[in-house]
Amino acid sequence: MTNASAVVLQQVTKRFQNVTAVDAIDLDIRDGEFFSMLGPSGCGKTTTLRMIAGFEFPSAGVISLDGVHVEKIPAHLRNVNTVFQSYALFPHMTVAENIAFGLEMKNFSRADIKPRVDAALAMVQLANYGARRPKQLSGGQQQRVALARALVNRPKVLLLDEPLGALDLKLRKEMQIELKRLQQEVGITFIYVTHDQEEALTMSDRIAVMNQGKLLQVGSPTEIYERPSSRFVADFIGEANFIEGHVTEIGSPYCTVRASNGLELKGILQGTSPVGTAVTIAIRPEKLRLTVQAPDNVFTLAAKVEQVVYIGSDTRLTVRLSDTITLDVWEQNNRSTLDRDAYWQRDEAGFVTWNPDNALILTA
Amino acid sequence: MTVVIPDETPLAQQRQQRLRLWLLLAPGALWLFFFFVLPLLIVMLYSFATPGPTGNVIWEFNFNSYITLMGKDLYFNAYYRSLWVGIQTTVICLLVGYPLALYMTLAEPKQRNLLLFLVLIPFWTNFLVRTYAWMIILSNNGLINDLLQFLGFAKQLLYPSAGAVLVGLIYGNLPFMVLPLYASLARFDFTLMEASADLGAGRWRSFWRIMFPLTVPGVVAGSVLVFIPTVGQFVVSDLLGGSKVDLLGNLLQRLFTRSNPPNWPLGSALALVFMFVLTVIVIIYFRTTTEEDR
Repeated sequence: MTNASAVVLQQVTKRFQNVTAVDAIDLDIRDGEFFSMLGPSGCGKTTTLRMIAGFEFPSAGVISLDGVHVEKIPAHLRNVNTVFQSYALFPHMTVAENIAFGLEMKNFSRADIKPRVDAALAMVQLANYGARRPKQLSGGQQQRVALARALVNRPKVLLLDEPLGALDLKLRKEMQIELKRLQQEVGITFIYVTHDQEEALTMSDRIAVMNQGKLLQVGSPTEIYERPSSRFVADFIGEANFIEGHVTEIGSPYCTVRASNGLELKGILQGTSPVGTAVTIAIRPEKLRLTVQAPDNVFTLAAKVEQVVYIGSDTRLTVRLSDTITLDVWEQNNRSTLDRDAYWQRDEAGFVTWNPDNALILTA
Repeated sequence: MTVVIPDETPLAQQRQQRLRLWLLLAPGALWLFFFFVLPLLIVMLYSFATPGPTGNVIWEFNFNSYITLMGKDLYFNAYYRSLWVGIQTTVICLLVGYPLALYMTLAEPKQRNLLLFLVLIPFWTNFLVRTYAWMIILSNNGLINDLLQFLGFAKQLLYPSAGAVLVGLIYGNLPFMVLPLYASLARFDFTLMEASADLGAGRWRSFWRIMFPLTVPGVVAGSVLVFIPTVGQFVVSDLLGGSKVDLLGNLLQRLFTRSNPPNWPLGSALALVFMFVLTVIVIIYFRTTTEEDR
């Protein structure tokens, strides 16, 4: 991967009548990167993708593709291709004709088109399906045709709009791996729009999280998951316990927060919040430990087990700290089966412990 | 008291199913037989009979009417002119109707319903009345000539003329073109146009390669619905053509009622030959336009 930019968005805004769908977004997507845009439906991720494709034009801002401003250039003149959520295969053409369409539009000769189409079909493992109509293929196969039809053009950037949304879970998992493999094979920048956080974490080099038209955070899957910059991101990606409170002491590396019930908790401050600011502490449930005996020399809190859900690999517990605070604790079932801490029942008392490195203090 | 259990052997069931099928088909079949097949056979019979001196029919059978048809330019010209008017009307209706139907499809739902309503509104007025209205609009002291005069141009003879006939026919037939096209376009997935643009096709190429081929069923249905009635009609050409424009329908009407004496055998032969020609044309048209889907 090089550090050159494939797509750069500067202060890109899109308004539809009174609604601001995309609000002053800055993005720098690198060459050869698998980049995901993640967010709930209506967050503006698809509109952003459509502006890069050229189906929508920004109300303000600049989009550059490979260093060239394209925000006013129509879709058919941009060197990007799209895989649509509905696949949008041409029903009156065969699979091979579908794939050849883009090359035909670029005035390739018939002799040049044939080997490229064959190679594209082979790449998506549909070598013998060229003569069929899209309707005669399964959903997963249609998906592959849509990919081949886009990739055969060797675009600078491939845009994918929730391409796996219509597939069943098992096929979706297979296609996730397949997509990642393809992307590494062809070395083309992928911009992938999804509302499925697991999909984004699995495939992406970097993820942009969006909500209500705003860009909240851009980072690697690990950064997004381990160091969310806001409560929304922490909540949207994976699960998290939230405890509300006020900053009482700024320290290094840990700051102190007084929770609403008077508890003093330590954590890592994300961003800047002076003493007195309302904040939220976020801790992922798998970072919490529940033990029968209070561990020595570490911060711990007495808790009572309220709910136990055994799911095989994990046990998911809900424990109560006080009248107002409950925490979810996920214990991996990796201990000795003789270990007392491996089994919990309702109403048992225990001690919850966590490493303050994993407690993130987020601005409310 | 004994309970009778109906004998539901497969054979009985089959017979019952066949009976049900016949009962369902009977009304339509009877109607078509008495009001289409039988009259057609009668017309056929007439076409081989001999015209009498007072417009009566003498039941002596020969090919004389068909020989007369072949021998006179008058009839050939009527065929030719009718087909030509039919083609012109159909093509212009298509050129006007397609953009209109497309606009309706892309409009907001509220506006779309209004447009649909506007397309259908003319049907609420009698067709003859609407054709008379065109006579007034196009006449020497009509709306258009008044407008021309107001703008400082000389008055034009707009009516009666072949042009006036064409205007009347296009006006009257446009809804029959627009509605099937609209139905076809409403089913069209416009994401395909984005996909086409995405793959490098400009608007015009996207239209011809994607949208048009996928809406051909609407084009075929609309064209047939406009073409067939147009080539056979006589009212519009009579009223707006001022008996200067002799189409097949006018010729037929004259042969059956107005000429002195009427000649039913010749009229029947004329109608049958034209029906045959039309059938061949429509079959060829269907074959060439729906090839893709086989």
